[in-house]
Amino acid sequence: MTAIKDLSAYKGVWVFIEQFEGKLTNSTLSLEILGEGRKLADKLGTDLTAVILGENLEKTAGDLIKYGANTVLVADAPVLANYRTELYTDIICQAAKERKPEILLVGASATGRDLAPRISFRLHTGCTADCTELDIDDEKKILVSTRPAFGGNVMATILCPDHRPQMSTVRPGVMMLPTWDEARTGEVIKLEVTAKEEDAKVKILEVKKHEASAQNIQEAVRVVSAGLGACTGNCFDQLKELAKELDAEIGGTRPVFETGLISHDVQIGQTGKTVRPELYMAVGISGTVQHTTGMANSRTVVAINKDPNAEIFKFAHYGIVGDAKAVVPALIAQLKASRN
Amino acid sequence: MKIIVCIKQVPDVTEVKWDENGSLIRTGLPSIINPNDKNAIEAALTLKEEKGAEITVVSMGPPQVEEALREAMAMGCDHAVLLTDRKFGGADCWATAYTLGMAIKKLGHFDLIFSGVEAMDGNTAQVGPEIADFLGLPLLSYAEAIEVGEGTVKIHQKLGDLTRVIEGPMPALITCEKELNVPRIPRMDLVFECFEKEIKVLGMADVDGELENFGLKGSPTRLRKVFSPKRAKAQVEFLEGTPKESSQKLVEKLHEINAI
Ligand SMILES: Cc1cc2nc3c(=O)[nH]c(=O)nc-3n(C[C@H](O)[C@H](O)[C@H](O)COP(=O)(O)OP(=O)(O)OC[C@H]3O[C@@H](n4cnc5c(N)ncnc54)[C@H](O)[C@@H]3O)c2cc1C
Ligand SMILES: Nc1ncnc2c1ncn2[C@@H]1O[C@H](COP(=O)(O)O)[C@@H](O)[C@H]1O
Repeated sequence: MTAIKDLSAYKGVWVFIEQFEGKLTNSTLSLEILGEGRKLADKLGTDLTAVILGENLEKTAGDLIKYGANTVLVADAPVLANYRTELYTDIICQAAKERKPEILLVGASATGRDLAPRISFRLHTGCTADCTELDIDDEKKILVSTRPAFGGNVMATILCPDHRPQMSTVRPGVMMLPTWDEARTGEVIKLEVTAKEEDAKVKILEVKKHEASAQNIQEAVRVVSAGLGACTGNCFDQLKELAKELDAEIGGTRPVFETGLISHDVQIGQTGKTVRPELYMAVGISGTVQHTTGMANSRTVVAINKDPNAEIFKFAHYGIVGDAKAVVPALIAQLKASRN
Repeated sequence: MKIIVCIKQVPDVTEVKWDENGSLIRTGLPSIINPNDKNAIEAALTLKEEKGAEITVVSMGPPQVEEALREAMAMGCDHAVLLTDRKFGGADCWATAYTLGMAIKKLGHFDLIFSGVEAMDGNTAQVGPEIADFLGLPLLSYAEAIEVGEGTVKIHQKLGDLTRVIEGPMPALITCEKELNVPRIPRMDLVFECFEKEIKVLGMADVDGELENFGLKGSPTRLRKVFSPKRAKAQVEFLEGTPKESSQKLVEKLHEINAI
């Protein structure tokens, strides 16, 4: 355990990029934090480095420069093809010890939340989990991370003043995507990989990818959520259409799961999933605490309910008091119209 | 087989109430065992029934954490360790993992450590992986199923949109998901018995370690401020009019804030 470090030796912003089979993952989270990393690096007047581990990464590494990285650190080896906590931690910690970044951002995906704490412990530094906002303190030039805490009931702003790198994991769907610029140039640096398959303690016996959207609700950027009030007549079918129009995943309350209209995988709340999308549209949901603990961390909440006193409006930023059967089709029509 | 289960006592945030200004009422929240940690306890108890195991629950916190430890014993855990010391106060994830790690080293041989994936008060999900790093253990996270073999352990891991089967040597640290099992209710006979059982109380001097690594002092992160997110009743903006008018307003708003 090292004592306080010489902080001035630490420079540059690093971003960990997730890949699957050599390509960027379907989720745009890695790019979102790359965009955010660019913003922070510019504020600090320093470089942005993308760090990527996997196999056959040449093309993807080049793309990261077009997306805004000055440098890409690549660890490319068959043993790294699938994410493994220990191997990835070893390589990233080694690189960080040698090159001393001042900030390291990791996506708050399942992989990122597995990796980041392990890195931060080994580097003896702080990691603020699940941030929704990042900034640089103008005076001290340090990272200011904001995250929901206490079940999403309060927001907390957290610093890591005396340890480096300052680490944060970042929620999906809250940061802006970077722009692609063909003209950007940068350097791709290969990290040496000495690990062999036989050194890996953890073996991966099977990998199954879920194509079903159901599995993705926790990482969904937009969620349309059905309550019992959105289940009469063909209202639920209309909700599905609304979800399609918004490019959103469909979820719902427990009673809706009990009717069989949705699977348990997408039930939101205390006995279901916790979601944190950019946009949560609650239709015909009363807003009991068992439900709202699963969605209270959403960025923007829209509630549609015929009862103006429904609890859900306390969690909403925008509310429409009305019958879902009338509002939902009107909303679909407006969305279609706004596209032309 | 020896299993250590790390449990945390948390305020029951599902019971949170707001006052009329929309601020959080913090006092009087009941305390519970963190839900994921009950899944961790249940997983240990299942192994105990299947293969035989001795289970030690460990928790760091103020003295009243004793209640949580007694409840765990009433569920069937064998031993309990309470890490409590004023100098542990104000610990962030790093210092918590350090303290738990130092204590676990003191407890001697073990085959498995179970923790929850995340605690519902902070939802950081960091302490489990950090303990694994401290103790140099393979980390098997997000377990939805656990199978113990000869010196190895296999889990079904839910990693975002992937489900993987991964295997590592024991000792290992496993973080437990809600999907793993349904925690049992404490048994009446054990409830009475658990009050007779001894809880081992350890303070800073008992776990050794370096003074500057404990509690607030040992925490790399610092809380700058806490504030209520936009949540107050008055803050909902009602979009009035016919369905068509209100929908039109909503679409405009959503475009404005880049939500669509
Ligand atoms: C231990 C426990 C765990 C639970 N876990 C969960 C959980 O994980 N997730 C969960 O969601 N629930 C959970 N519940 C259930 C929870 O308490 C509520 O019963 C549930 O969330 C209510 O669902 P709802 O809003 O769909 O239905 P209701 O409460 O029946 O509300 C329907 C709403 O729709 C409105 N409405 C009706 N018709 C229309 C219309 N035509 N147009 C517009 N609005 C209309 C009504 O005004 C009302 O507000 C749990 C309960 C318990 C006891
Ligand atoms: N104070 C504590 N005492 C014992 N275990 C803890 C403590 N804090 C966290 N843990 C364990 O670490 C897991 C993750 O916690 P967290 O990182 O706070 O989300 C919990 O589910 C517990 O198993």
